[in-house]
Amino acid sequence: MSAAKIAHDSTQHEHVPTGWRRYVYSTNHKDIGTMYLIFAMVAGIIGSLLSFAMRLELQEPGLQFFADGSGYNVFVTAHGLIMIFFMVMPALIGGFGNWFVPIMIGAPDMAFPRMNNISFWLLPVAFILLLMSMFVEGEAGSDGVGGGWTLYAPLSTSGHPGPAVDYGILSMHVAGISSILGAINFITTIFNMRAPGMTMHKMPLFCWSILVTVFLLLLALPVFAGALTMLLTDRHAGTPFFDASMGGDPVLYQHLFWFFGHPEVYIIILPAFGVISQIISTFSRKPVFGYLGMAYAMVSIGFVGFVVWAHHMYTSGIGFNAQAYFTAATMVIAVPTGIKIFSWIATMWGGSISFKTPMLWAVGFIFLFTLGGVTGVMLANAGINHVLHDTYYVVAHFHYVLSLGAVFAIFAGWYYWFPKITGYTYSEFIGKTHFYLTFIGVNIIFFPQHFLGNMGMPRRYVDYPEVFSAWNFVSSMGMYFTILGLVTFFIGIIHSFVRKEKAGNNPWGKGADTLEWTLSSPPPFHQFNVLPKIK
Amino acid sequence: MYFSGKLKTVLFATLVSLGILLEPDLLFSQQADQINQWQIQLQNPASEHAASVVWHYNAITYILTAIVVFVLGLLVYCVVRFNEKSNPNATKTSHNAFLETVWTLVPIIILVVIALPAFRLLVNEYSPPPADVTIKATGSQWYWSYTYMDEDFEFDSVMLDKTAIKDGQPYLLAVNNDVVVPVNKVIKVLITASDVIHSWAMPVFSVKMDAVPGRLSSTWFKATRTGRFYGQCSELCGKNHAYMPIAVRVVTQEEYEAWLKKAKEQFAMKEEQKEIKLSDTSSVDSQENGIYIYI
Repeated sequence: MSAAKIAHDSTQHEHVPTGWRRYVYSTNHKDIGTMYLIFAMVAGIIGSLLSFAMRLELQEPGLQFFADGSGYNVFVTAHGLIMIFFMVMPALIGGFGNWFVPIMIGAPDMAFPRMNNISFWLLPVAFILLLMSMFVEGEAGSDGVGGGWTLYAPLSTSGHPGPAVDYGILSMHVAGISSILGAINFITTIFNMRAPGMTMHKMPLFCWSILVTVFLLLLALPVFAGALTMLLTDRHAGTPFFDASMGGDPVLYQHLFWFFGHPEVYIIILPAFGVISQIISTFSRKPVFGYLGMAYAMVSIGFVGFVVWAHHMYTSGIGFNAQAYFTAATMVIAVPTGIKIFSWIATMWGGSISFKTPMLWAVGFIFLFTLGGVTGVMLANAGINHVLHDTYYVVAHFHYVLSLGAVFAIFAGWYYWFPKITGYTYSEFIGKTHFYLTFIGVNIIFFPQHFLGNMGMPRRYVDYPEVFSAWNFVSSMGMYFTILGLVTFFIGIIHSFVRKEKAGNNPWGKGADTLEWTLSSPPPFHQFNVLPKIK
Repeated sequence: MYFSGKLKTVLFATLVSLGILLEPDLLFSQQADQINQWQIQLQNPASEHAASVVWHYNAITYILTAIVVFVLGLLVYCVVRFNEKSNPNATKTSHNAFLETVWTLVPIIILVVIALPAFRLLVNEYSPPPADVTIKATGSQWYWSYTYMDEDFEFDSVMLDKTAIKDGQPYLLAVNNDVVVPVNKVIKVLITASDVIHSWAMPVFSVKMDAVPGRLSSTWFKATRTGRFYGQCSELCGKNHAYMPIAVRVVTQEEYEAWLKKAKEQFAMKEEQKEIKLSDTSSVDSQENGIYIYI
């Protein structure tokens, strides 16, 4: 394809803004994508530090680092919110989505470049608000929001008289606006700006995954915003939505929250599916197996994801019929998820697989996501959930699918697109060391947590009885491997920028057949001034 | 010869694992009352319902493990067989209608096999036999209060701090006043909260029910053996969430009656409390198990 050459020629006449203006005023999807990635890294470091503190505390029974439970609860809350809203979503949707959706569909930029700018710049504001909440009074006599990322009323209303929760609510509102604007932008871009010949059914699966994700965002976030606003008016305007003493109902909040909260977990994992599909296909040197099945599996996961929310509420006192329905509906999700897992394996089957770093992360993803997925099938059974609900079994489950699943996909995508984004190669040795350290570390952390859950250890506990100490100690040991892995990750980045080895347009060979590999590395400031024609 | 020996080993191992599969209790059997610190399975059940939950949990764990091992096997095979050295030329296969149908239908069958028997657990839980003893548990920041609805007393159950622990009681689990119930009797527990949401959990009975302010949820259990069992608050409720354990002491009928007599004196109620209690009972009696009402 001659698109690269055309694009290269055209840059000769471009005005490229320089200095801080290039970023603060940016309307360029690649610059904004880069800012999202850097932002995700900063938030990721802070979120990880919070979790390290939690595992240090839990390494032994007794209180070692936290004065009391409220400080610990604040860390639990901030860790969850930061990792979800300020690390995974910005990295996968804002970062990789912004960078590669326009390029993959052959568009010069996003549909609304200025809205893209405000989408990004709202995020640091939201993040700062959330960090500020940790330093103002929440629960009487202590600082910060300690209500968990779910912010259940009445703990987040009458249970937190201080203004910390208000900072948290404002932070989530701002982050939500940012995501909704981003969602509108992606939908418009994908529906209207595909290059000639790029039909919906030719679109790379990563674009499909982002398309489904942003629809979920657009439909789920307003419900969250509503629930947050109701919390706010309950706190300050005397409304009784969630106040039982005035006829309200705390369970109403849970329904509203999880109507958003469950699609939210698919918002996190669907773009990861997309990234993994691109990588598996590239390194197996084969087209994705069952492309249509893969695309519509994501669409159906998106649909079903909206009708299963109360499986987070099996112990809240909802009745038998509701629990029976939500058990059945939740089980259904395993079917499209299974289709995806087996299609990835079938893509590898018969391939000529080169095990470069991104592929290692992708294969690791498939295994860990399967492991986390099957424990989800266990938890979906309401009758069994009543013994496992709110125990460490649940913690293990959602960390396997999200913190191992989604984060492995982020690292896979990072190594996959690093040469394209920066123009430099990365060191395979450092990348693979990073993978093995992280793989070993996270499994040592989270696998024993299944056992803790079986024994009955509840979540969000700052201190635990002696009998839970053995597996907690093992779990904390895994943290040290993971820290080493994280350090290796940053060493790898520094190493690449110091070495400055040019990557070339396509370092992955003929398996990499999406449009971004036809451009230079890094791509020109504006690509596709003449639209590519897709055959 | 070498191969036949290897084959025998594989065959033997397969048979053994099949045997374990058919009888999950073999691997998961456990007699001790107290959990031990390297335990990997659910707590030893103390009611028929909980035993049934444990059985289903174990059986499903086998199915899930088999799925993970199967996927892992496929991945390992791909890594070994289809790496670029072993297989320099990739095929171009990207469709196989038969395979795609199989991996849609087979998971559906597995899910039905998992879900249908497990539905019985839910049905069982929501078909309570008539209650012999009814106790109301109220969660407050950060302790539980128990009202014996058929009697005239209530008491608070507060965690013992380190200095008050005696007789090898477990710290963070032991409380000043246990809930005492008779063995082999149906105990109905009404659960509510006075401030924020708490959750009344008792793993050996496979019972967990949120204590929601303004709602009166109910659950039940029928203990099959005596002993002291522990649970912990299972819904984040603020600073001392980790410090409001639940202790249930299951005793024989005679011991229960003796305790009841003593408790009535020790926790005697004032007149105004009685009135509140009576109004609660009348509104609760007509309710099905697990269905809430507003109080």
